[in-house]
Amino acid sequence: MTASSSFISGPRYETAADALRGGALEGMGAPALVLGSGYIGFGALAADAGVSLPLAVLSTPMIFALPAQIIMVEMWQLGTPVLALVLAVMMANARFLPMTATLLPQMRHPRWNGWHYAFATHLVAMSGWAIAMRRNVELEAEHRLPFFCGFSLIMWLGCSLGTLIGFFLSGGFHDLVTVGLIFLNPIYFILILTRETRTRLGITALLCGAVAGPLVHLWIPDWSLIVGGILAGLLAFAILESTGAARRG
Amino acid sequence: MADASLWGLMLVCAVVTFALRGTGLWLSRLISLDGRAMRLLACIAYATLAALVSRILFLPAGILETTSLWERLLATAVALGVFLLLGMNLLAGVVTGGVALVVIVVLFGL
Repeated sequence: MTASSSFISGPRYETAADALRGGALEGMGAPALVLGSGYIGFGALAADAGVSLPLAVLSTPMIFALPAQIIMVEMWQLGTPVLALVLAVMMANARFLPMTATLLPQMRHPRWNGWHYAFATHLVAMSGWAIAMRRNVELEAEHRLPFFCGFSLIMWLGCSLGTLIGFFLSGGFHDLVTVGLIFLNPIYFILILTRETRTRLGITALLCGAVAGPLVHLWIPDWSLIVGGILAGLLAFAILESTGAARRG
Repeated sequence: MADASLWGLMLVCAVVTFALRGTGLWLSRLISLDGRAMRLLACIAYATLAALVSRILFLPAGILETTSLWERLLATAVALGVFLLLGMNLLAGVVTGGVALVVIVVLFGL
């Protein structure tokens, strides 16, 4: 592992195992603590809703998408019809489709096979995606997939542990503490996107999405995430194409 | 019985989520990394993330609904300020955001 002199660059790696360890080390600390804290809030929510401990904890590694997990528990608690619940989870997770489609091609290397890609696909989430989209430019192609998996596995474990802790602590939380814990998630995402997004494409699309999100939600709440994301993405693409910036990234 | 139905729901939700990620993987094989389609997908990916975060901040569901918009915006501004002042320190910024919201609500809200 060698340190780089650039401000935005992280370390580079000699081997795939080194990249896996490097990704895991980058995930420890702030990313795992913050995401884990968000899942403490989810664990508390699940316990309050009457979800069993194994189900609450297993839902994290199996779904690995906090907004969708919160939607699932809340709508189940309200007795929402199954179809509406599954559709809501699908809408909340629709972002994974373009995220995976843009991230995985950057990780292709003859050394990795379909099972490796399928495993990495299951680990795609916002924090790992944002960090990998920046770090992939700096890493050797062979090291990108292990770096991403190392980082995301730490997130996966931290989030599962957070769910477990939240479940056991649920009775002791004041509502305000739960509010503070759940608020960590949007703040974390705002800050990590601020730190990791360096391209004109990313910045333009983020600004368009931030404006479109609430506006489209007022118009069609059930479909707001997917419709808002597509409309804002198309608008950002049109702006970048018209200024010639999309080609430069 | 209720727990059995939720186990079934959780499995369905897990399959649906993996299918969405898997469709992205399948789609990625069809399009060029440097092509216009990939740039468009990247725009949609970034925009969707921002739309989700912005919606949670401006129009939250669940327990965050008990806080007012100005309380959330003020806490976000404090978090961003600390984050930037400390050289983009993620942990300091995020913890400050969570604590700031609780303090603001205790002092001015509810």
